[in-house]
Amino acid sequence: MEGMAIRLQGLRKSFGGTTAVDGVDLEIRDGEFFSMLGPSGSGKTTVLRLVAGFETPDRGRIELAGQEVTDLAPFERDVHTVFQDYALFPHMTVEQNVAYGLRIRRIPKAERLVRARKALAEVRLEGYGQRRPAQLSGGQRQRVALARALVGRPRVLLLDEPLGALDLKLREQMQVELKAIQREVGITFVFVTHDQEEALTMSDRIAVFDQGRVAQVGTPAEIYERPATPFVASFVGTSNLLEGEAAHRITGSAGTYNIRPEKIRVLKEAAEADEPGHATATGTVAEVVYLGDATRFLVDLDGGGRLTALQQNLETSSADVAAYRGTRVRLQWHRRHAVRLPS
Amino acid sequence: MTTDLPTAAGRGTVRRLAGTLHRRPRLRLALLLTAPLLWLAVLYLGSLAVLFVSAFWTTDSFTSQVVKVWSTDNFHALFTTPVFRQVVLRSVGVALAVTALCALIAFPVAFYTARVARPRWRPLLVVGILTPLWASYLVKVYAWRLILSEGGLADWMLAPFGLSGPGYGLPATVLTLTYLWLPYMILPIHTALEQLPAGLLDASADLGARPGRTFRSVVLPMVLPSVAAGSVFTFSLSLGDYITVQIVGGKTQLIGNLVYSNIELNLPMAAALGTVPVAVIVLYLLAIRRTGALNSL
Repeated sequence: MEGMAIRLQGLRKSFGGTTAVDGVDLEIRDGEFFSMLGPSGSGKTTVLRLVAGFETPDRGRIELAGQEVTDLAPFERDVHTVFQDYALFPHMTVEQNVAYGLRIRRIPKAERLVRARKALAEVRLEGYGQRRPAQLSGGQRQRVALARALVGRPRVLLLDEPLGALDLKLREQMQVELKAIQREVGITFVFVTHDQEEALTMSDRIAVFDQGRVAQVGTPAEIYERPATPFVASFVGTSNLLEGEAAHRITGSAGTYNIRPEKIRVLKEAAEADEPGHATATGTVAEVVYLGDATRFLVDLDGGGRLTALQQNLETSSADVAAYRGTRVRLQWHRRHAVRLPS
Repeated sequence: MTTDLPTAAGRGTVRRLAGTLHRRPRLRLALLLTAPLLWLAVLYLGSLAVLFVSAFWTTDSFTSQVVKVWSTDNFHALFTTPVFRQVVLRSVGVALAVTALCALIAFPVAFYTARVARPRWRPLLVVGILTPLWASYLVKVYAWRLILSEGGLADWMLAPFGLSGPGYGLPATVLTLTYLWLPYMILPIHTALEQLPAGLLDASADLGARPGRTFRSVVLPMVLPSVAAGSVFTFSLSLGDYITVQIVGGKTQLIGNLVYSNIELNLPMAAALGTVPVAVIVLYLLAIRRTGALNSL
């Protein structure tokens, strides 16, 4: 099948007695920024290592660009990896690190240097070529690792939580840069992360991992707006479940519903409640959390259960919102935002 | 109450002393280091100095009594007598050969104990490598004398191939010294290989390097300082040895033998000969300091 950079079929891998990857099927398109999102121990890193060839699967099949590579060694696969701890060679200069893959492919020295310098320029590290990795900051090392993996122009670039060790500011800046670099070079990126915000902002598509399996694959909007399981709903964004009796009373049918907090409006109890297509519920504000740009209201519903509502602080200040604590309110949301989850 | 007083006073003195020491780190350091520094200066550096000075004395050729007359005759003899020159070169050659053999044998052993063996077996293997160091030096050398003797184990094992053991002599000396000092080479290499991050090997393979290439370009350069560190032991221990060569060396003469045989008859000459290994080792240390090996000792 054309247009597929990676295809995984029935992938299984266990270490000792624990199953790390338990039947994973995935198709990753050419040129896509694809994220594998999940908590630690969900198998996402193992899948990445299987694709890179550092581990061999117990069962299943791995294809790169239509070619089966299941049993090939890492050096026989056209993928490069950006490691979580960067894994830069400490005894080489930055330039030698970047040129390492080219040196192994016996590319003439002059061309090697030109390409290594160009790759360093791509990650905005011109002039750092003669330094040692130990002389660089975390963010700089991260970009050297990226340049080293990109310079050989692999078909697929695997990134194993590459931003995990960076502080928040740098991480946000690198998210933007990574995305820009990916668009520029047009290589398929497979990005492993446990940070749902990172996955949502950067990815074309996301696979959410849960206990060695893929719980859902979709665009960030699909994952966020239409979570397929309670796990996806709670792992990506704040989960806000309406279950059992309470759900039946409000929506008219039993089941588990997820409503994102920002979709819920907080109104005065007496406010008109019968806007068409909307559902409504009354309750008491149990807690108010002032977040700066927004405020989170935790509301105990009269019909049972608790919902969280997020309101932008358009005109309210921290003092205003604090006054809501203990007051009676009416919550309102559009029915299409209450997503029914399979139980 | 009265019995408490002296104790309280005693405790007060200790507290005051402790306080004084806490406030004056230099005094603390001086108290800690005086004794060991005296030991080092008087017994170690002092005897080295005596050795060096006595190398410039001479002996009465009839009585073998030391005559404290300043002269450079001994060093002159050292550089002009062909036998001495040969022995010095042979000794350095033996030390280099032992070092090279140790490095060649130690690397695969250390690679196995540090990276291939199951993690829970590794401490046991290290203990196994260290065990020979607990046995007496003489016992081990005599064991080798037996192995290498005529019709001994070496001959017996090589006989099916139409060969015989090396017998006593220079090769036997190198072999026995290699056996004796091997643990000193394995240990630093083992440590370096154990600390080598697995991610670096993955990264090298990921960038297209086959295992041999990864070994040459990543493992070897990163472990080389530890090989040099191990060589400090194997080289200097081999250069100073004079017992092994007496037991398995046949007629082979090394510096140590010359020193030993000159001690009774010509002490100043023995001292002059004794300064040679010291000088060679200082040169060796200066040479390998460039590799950064001294940082990994």
